[in-house]
Amino acid sequence: MDILKVFLYILVYPGLLFLFVYSTFVEWVDRKLYAKFQNRMGPMHTGSHGLLQPIADFVKLMAKEDIVPRACDKGLFNAVPIFALAAVLTSGLLLPVWHFTKGIESATSFQGDIIVMAYLLALPTFAYFLAGWTSTSMYAMLGGVRVLTLLFAYEVPMFLAILSPAVMAGSWRLADIAAYFQAHPLHMLFNLIGFAVGVVALQAKLERVPFDIPHAETEVVGGAFTEYSGRKLAMFRLLADVQMVVGAGFIAALFLGGFPGGLIPGFIWFVIKTLAIVFILSAMRAVTARIRIDQMVAFSWQYLAPLALLQLVIVIFIKGYMP
Amino acid sequence: MSTFILPVGPQHPALKEPTSFRFLVDGETVVDADLRLGYNHRGIEKGCEERTYIQDLYLLERVCGICSNVHMTVFAQGVEKLMGIEPPKRGLFIRCLMGELERVHSHLLWLGVAGHEVGFDTFFMYTWRDREIVEDILEMISGNRVNYGMQTFGGVRRDLDEMQIKKTLEGIAALKARTPYYLNIGATEPTLVARISGVGVLPKAKALELNAAGPTARASGVDFDVRKDDPYAGFGEHIPFNIVTDEGGDVLARVVVRAKELMESYNICEFILKNLPAGEVRVKAPRKVPEGEIISRAEAQRGECIHYIRSNGTDKPDRVKVRAPTLANWPATLYMLRGGYVADIPIVMAAIDPCLSCTDRMAIVTDVRRGSEQVMDWETLRQHGIEFYHKRGIKL
Repeated sequence: MDILKVFLYILVYPGLLFLFVYSTFVEWVDRKLYAKFQNRMGPMHTGSHGLLQPIADFVKLMAKEDIVPRACDKGLFNAVPIFALAAVLTSGLLLPVWHFTKGIESATSFQGDIIVMAYLLALPTFAYFLAGWTSTSMYAMLGGVRVLTLLFAYEVPMFLAILSPAVMAGSWRLADIAAYFQAHPLHMLFNLIGFAVGVVALQAKLERVPFDIPHAETEVVGGAFTEYSGRKLAMFRLLADVQMVVGAGFIAALFLGGFPGGLIPGFIWFVIKTLAIVFILSAMRAVTARIRIDQMVAFSWQYLAPLALLQLVIVIFIKGYMP
Repeated sequence: MSTFILPVGPQHPALKEPTSFRFLVDGETVVDADLRLGYNHRGIEKGCEERTYIQDLYLLERVCGICSNVHMTVFAQGVEKLMGIEPPKRGLFIRCLMGELERVHSHLLWLGVAGHEVGFDTFFMYTWRDREIVEDILEMISGNRVNYGMQTFGGVRRDLDEMQIKKTLEGIAALKARTPYYLNIGATEPTLVARISGVGVLPKAKALELNAAGPTARASGVDFDVRKDDPYAGFGEHIPFNIVTDEGGDVLARVVVRAKELMESYNICEFILKNLPAGEVRVKAPRKVPEGEIISRAEAQRGECIHYIRSNGTDKPDRVKVRAPTLANWPATLYMLRGGYVADIPIVMAAIDPCLSCTDRMAIVTDVRRGSEQVMDWETLRQHGIEFYHKRGIKL
């Protein structure tokens, strides 16, 4: 029975199947919202109101010709998308959505899973860099270097921001942190700054406007993905969607009290909370212009990192003075 | 990372038309910029010599998709002067109206493109949505959204009726209400301003030295506008307007200048429509043009557009030379790009509102291996073409 549960967990919910279906849905929501902000319709034709458009795009891209540049390191070029997708899908398993593991620690919920999660979510960034580097194209190389520069800008504020709820709850386990905020919902208000920093850093991690510097099409064509096509590009595209879902779930589990109530209510909470974060991400994308890489680094270290530190100080202060 | 060459073009997402930039890049900084033109040569000037004046009018309209009316206007008024005919006042006013409506659609288009170049697609969608208003007006007046075919020798081809005047005024009023909002966004939205303020700076002295034209020069404080300095059609004493200049010299200043020019254009359109003189819109023009030569110019959206026309007494011109404003702005663009960031390349390039098909005339290609270049005259080229196809067994 336990084996069955593990398989269900990995393959269906919250594993492969769920992440695939839900991430395409989230992409559709994001596209629709972005379109509404811009006074457009967004996808309309495939499925009801274009609901199946992301899946259609994925299938189309999978069927396209897959070109590998002659000069590149073929093994690495082919392995990078699979590796990155695997990392993000694995991080999806660590989301505390299914509460049969709440009481006991298991392979998917343990002390320190928050660190593993942050680590797994950071891996695609290195994959992007490797993808750009092996592509042997000027644009891809510039994109790859930009990916790494961006990493140094947003990763530290992100890590500092996720520290504060962990300190508040006194645990390194996502399920425990979520349970703490479910027990004390008002304490979420103390973490508002951290939440804001986390969402902005997530936007940068997902490389969306205003932080889509690594693949700014008018500057470096496709960035690190310039030479990718067909199946591998489809994998990168899927990876970005899954990363958005997992990233939003991660922020929701840390700052918004997780997904209480067992399987069905937990699922509903998951959808509501991740969509709320996706709404913020879409709005941010719609109302800003792309900033320059030096401006991004300055912004991160002048505003994001100090704000995250301030948040940490506030949390430590509260921990010290509150019963 | 040491320096390397980053090619932008002939095919690149930042370019809407083919040209080739070579940037010597050190990390994220542009050390040097070089430009290669000539990917879009269409032989229009040569084509003009083969056609009659009235055919040339429509051929020259197709020099550019955005500033089609301007090329038609410049050619028409040049030939009119050679013919010695003077269009009636109503015709001249409608000629000005078309020019200003075209300026409105072009500037709105440019604002959107500028937004897109810095990743601000919402701005792009909004300005292009409002551009539809002026496109609808142009379609209502001329029957076409681009290439209006309105100008002819001796005036314009279509008159305006009461209903058209009313609808145009309504559309202009709607645009007049929307444009200050875009000016406000362009000048205050923090991420947008961060990207365009202090970028691609062109000081006034450099603008004069490098012969910049149009809004690019006016944003550097050069108050030159053909409509004011060499009035044509109804401009001059008849239609009042102000030249918009800005001292900034950066991309932000160019956004501000274009947005304010939109407001000026709305005022001009309203003035024309409210003070449209009665009478005919054109006079009859002869088929043959007396011998002579002339330089005709007008203020296109992108700057001063110049045509040189030489006639030989027949119904075909001896020579037509077109100088589109983009050509005048290239040296200034290269100056602006040097020392900037790679990320600023698209927006600085877009800031002059480049139109490459207008600009490309001829390129002499040097054979890299042999170091030779070859120039053929018309007869040799024709002979070469015939032999080329004969060799492949194609009978001409």
